[in-house]
Amino acid sequence: MTTAVLFDNVSRHFGAVRAVDRVDLEIAEGEFFAMLGPSGSGKTTCLRLMAGFEQPTGGHIEIFGETAEGVPPYRRSVNTVFQDYALFPHLSILENVAYGLMVKGVGREERRKAAEDALAMVKLPGYGGRRPGQLSGGQRQRVALARALVNKPKVLLLDEPLGALDLKLREQMQEELKSLQKSLGITFVFVTHDQGEALSMADRLAVFNEGRIQQLGTPEEVYTRPKTRFVADFVGSSNVLTAKLCRTLGLNASFASLRPEAVAIAPPMNGALSLSGTVASRSFLGATNRIVVEVEGARIAVASPATRGAPAIGSPVTLSFAAHDLHPMEDA
Amino acid sequence: MLSEKSNRAPFGLKIAAAAGLAFMHLPILLIFLYAFTTEEKSYQFPPPGLTTQWFTTAWGRPDVWAALTLSVKVASIATAAALVLGTLCAAAVSQTRFFGRETISLLVILPIALPGIITGIALRSAFSIAEIPFSFWTIVLGHATFCIVVVYNNAVARFRRISGSLIEASMDLGADGFQTFRYVILPNIGTALLAGGMLAFALSFDEVIVTTFTAGQQSTLPIWMLEELIRPRQRPVTNVVAMVVVIVTFLPILGAYYLTRDGDQIAGAGK
Amino acid sequence: MTIVAESFVLPERRGTAGRVSDFFWRHPHVLLAVLLGPPLIWLGIVYLGSLFALLLQSFFSIDEFSGLINYEFTLATYRQLLTDANLDIILRTVVMAALVTLASAVIAFPIAYFAARYARGKWKALFYLAVMLPLWSSYLVKVYAWKLILAKEGILTWFVDKLNLLWLLDAWLSLPIVGGNSLSISYTGTFIVFVYVWMPFMILPIQAALERVPATLIEASSDLGGTPAQTFRHVTFPLALPGIVAGSIFTFSLTLGDYIIPQIIGSSRLFIGQAVYAQQGTAGNIPLAAAFTVVPIVIMGAYLWMAKRMGAFDAL
Repeated sequence: MTTAVLFDNVSRHFGAVRAVDRVDLEIAEGEFFAMLGPSGSGKTTCLRLMAGFEQPTGGHIEIFGETAEGVPPYRRSVNTVFQDYALFPHLSILENVAYGLMVKGVGREERRKAAEDALAMVKLPGYGGRRPGQLSGGQRQRVALARALVNKPKVLLLDEPLGALDLKLREQMQEELKSLQKSLGITFVFVTHDQGEALSMADRLAVFNEGRIQQLGTPEEVYTRPKTRFVADFVGSSNVLTAKLCRTLGLNASFASLRPEAVAIAPPMNGALSLSGTVASRSFLGATNRIVVEVEGARIAVASPATRGAPAIGSPVTLSFAAHDLHPMEDA
Repeated sequence: MLSEKSNRAPFGLKIAAAAGLAFMHLPILLIFLYAFTTEEKSYQFPPPGLTTQWFTTAWGRPDVWAALTLSVKVASIATAAALVLGTLCAAAVSQTRFFGRETISLLVILPIALPGIITGIALRSAFSIAEIPFSFWTIVLGHATFCIVVVYNNAVARFRRISGSLIEASMDLGADGFQTFRYVILPNIGTALLAGGMLAFALSFDEVIVTTFTAGQQSTLPIWMLEELIRPRQRPVTNVVAMVVVIVTFLPILGAYYLTRDGDQIAGAGK
Repeated sequence: MTIVAESFVLPERRGTAGRVSDFFWRHPHVLLAVLLGPPLIWLGIVYLGSLFALLLQSFFSIDEFSGLINYEFTLATYRQLLTDANLDIILRTVVMAALVTLASAVIAFPIAYFAARYARGKWKALFYLAVMLPLWSSYLVKVYAWKLILAKEGILTWFVDKLNLLWLLDAWLSLPIVGGNSLSISYTGTFIVFVYVWMPFMILPIQAALERVPATLIEASSDLGGTPAQTFRHVTFPLALPGIVAGSIFTFSLTLGDYIIPQIIGSSRLFIGQAVYAQQGTAGNIPLAAAFTVVPIVIMGAYLWMAKRMGAFDAL
C-alpha cells in the first residue's frame, strides 16, 4: 500500500507554544482519515502543515514519497475544504469551481466543462451562474467541495467542514462525503472535534491533545480500548476506574476504562468481575436507562436496556462485567 | 422588544437634531445664493438682485484657471502616491504579523492627528535644512503625507472584511502570490481603494494649512481663496469659486459613500 | 479532465512572476520589507525626521543682532516661550479649545442620539450623508460662508434687525472680552466659526458609542421608574462618554492648531497657531516657532493619555 502522508517526528512551535509536538503519523492512499481533538489540540495545525500554510519547526513531512517542506501551497497537489468554505464572493459559482483550473492555465471551454461536471457530482447542477451569497450553508459547502475536487488532488483536506450545518444536514452530508470518497478513491484527511462524526466516517483516526497524538487506530479500537484517560473521557463516555477500584478488582494499573454498555446490573456469571454499590441516579434515554451507581466513593455509569427496568435510587445493586472489557490505561 | 412609544423620538430631540443639522447646512447653502448676487462691493443681505454674469467673469480669469489646474494636478499626484503607500501599508498591517504593528497605525494617523500647522512648519524647516527649493513637488510631498491615512483606513477596513481564508483558498487552489493579488485581493479591495482615493483627492484639493508652508510662490485654489479672504479684492469671483469648490468636493464624497455603503448595509443587517 | 496530478509537487509556473512569487513565499520577511519599506521611508524618515528636526530647533536660539540661528544647545528659547505675553496666547487658545469642544458636544449630541436610536434604513443613510458632506466640504469655503454671515451688512444683522433685537446684539458686542466692533472681529465670532467648522467631527464618534448601547438598556431604566432626565444622566450619558471624549480629541486638537480662522474672523489678539506662523514667517525666529509647536504636542499628548485611560479609543 502506498503511503499518502507521512509525518516523521514533526513539530510546529509558535514561540513557547507547542501547537504540534513530535507527531508521527502515516496515512495510507485512499484512506478516510480523521483527526479528532478539542480546539487547540494541534489537529488543525497538522492539516495546515499538510496544505503548506505552515512549515514544521522540526521533523520531516512526506506526501506521496516527496518531501513537503519548502513546497508552497500553490504547488502542492493537495486541496482544502475550509471551515468557513472561503468561497470567493466576487466570482460566480462556476468561476469559483473553475478557479484552480484557471490559474493553472486550462482553456476556458475545458474548465467550464470540468466545473459543470464537478457541480453535478456534488448535486448542484445548473447553479453555476449564481453568487456565493445566494446559496444556503449546505449548498456553499458542496461548492467548496466541488472547487477542491475539480483539481483532482492527491489528498483532500477537510477542516471541520460540517461544523456550520444543522444536525439533519450534517448526517446527510456525512453519508455523501463517505460515498464520494469511496467512489473517487482520493485520500481524505478530515479534522473534527465531534467524536461521533469521526467514529462514523473514518477508516482510521488519531486523537489529539496538547499537540500530541494520544491514540491512533480504527474507530472500534479507539472507542472500546482507549489508551489514555484523555481518550476515554473525550471519545464517548467511558467510566474511568481509579487505582483503588482497580486493586479491588485485582488489576494492577493506575487507571482502567470500562464502557457503560459493557456493565450489567446482575449477579456475576462464571468468571465475570463484580462490584457492589448503591444507585445514585437514573435517567431514561429511550432505548436505554442511564444508571449511575456509587461504588467505594466513585461513580460508575451503566447503560442498561430499558426493557429491564431500573432499580430505585438508593437501592443496593451488584454490577458485573467481563474481565476483557476492563482496559488498563496509561496515566495521561 | 421595542414598544411603539419608544420608536418615536421625543419632540425636543427632533427639534434639537433638526436645528443642529440646519446649523451645519444653511451656511453652505448661503454660498450658492451669493454666487448670483449683483452686489460686488460688500456682503449685503438680502442681495439687491440676482445675475449669472459672475460665472462668465470667473470663467475668463486666467489666475483662477491656473490655481484650479495646479490644485487638480497636485491632488491627482498626491492621491496616486497615497494610494500606493496606503495600500502597501494596509496590506502589511492586515496580512502579516510583526513586531510594532500598532506603532505603524499610529504613525500613519499622526499627520492628521497633529495640527496641520505642525506638519506644515516641520516640512518647511526640513526643506530649508536640506536646501530643497519650493516647487510643485514640495506641495505634493506634503499632501501625500496626510492623504495616506485616508487610503489606509479604507483599505484596512476592507482587508479586515476579506476573510483570511480567501487568500489561503486561492493559494490552495494553485494561485501564486501575483495571481492571488490579481484575481482575489484586487477585486475585493478595488472599490475601497477607489473610495479612499476619492476622499484623498477631496482632502488634497481643499488643503490650505500645510500648503501655505510648502508652496513657495505658487498658488493652489485654496491658497487663492485664502488671499481673497484676507484681502477681498474680487468678491463676486470668490463667491463663484467657493460654490464651484463646494460642488467639486461633494462629488467624490458622494462617490466614496456609494462605493462603500454595501459594507455598512451588511453590518447594519445583522442588527 | 486534463489535470491529473502525476505527483504531489506540481510543476513550477514558468517565467519571472513564478520565480519571484516562490521567492517571496520562501522569504516572507522580504515581502514584508518590500510592503512596508516605501511607507516607512516616507512617514518614518521624511515625516518623523522633519518633526524631529523641528523639535530639535526649539533647543537652539536666535542671535538677536544678526538674526541667525545659533546652533548651540540652550533653554533660552523656552524661557522666552514662558513670558507673560506668550503664556497669555497659550491660555487663550486652550480656553477657546475647551469651550469649542464643550459647545460641539452639546450641539452634536442630539444629532448623534437621533441617528443612533431613531433613524432607520433610508433615513439612517441620509443622516450619515448629511453629517459627512459638511464634514468633508471645503474648510475655507466654510470660513468664507461665515464671513458672509457675520459681516455688518450680512444676513445675521439683517435677521436680528427683522426680529427687532438689534439692541440685544449691540449689548452683547459692548460686553468686555466677548464683544467687539462687530461679530466678525470679536471672540464670539471666532468661537462660532470654530464650533461650526469642527463640530461635525464630534457626531460620528458619539453615534458609534451610542449604537453600542442596547436600546433595551435605556428601556430597562425607564421601566425601573427612571424619569427621562435620570435615564439620561445615569445611563445614556455615561455610556456615550467615550464617544464624546473620542470626538473631543478632534475638536480640541484642531482648534489648538488653527491659525486661519482667528486671523480672518476675530480680534487681533493671537492664538498659538498665529504665533507659530508669525514667528517662523515675519519674525524669522524658527526656534521660538518650534518651541510654540511643542505646546499643542504636549497638551495633545496629555489629552490622549487621559482619553486612553477613559477608554475613548474603543469608540474611534
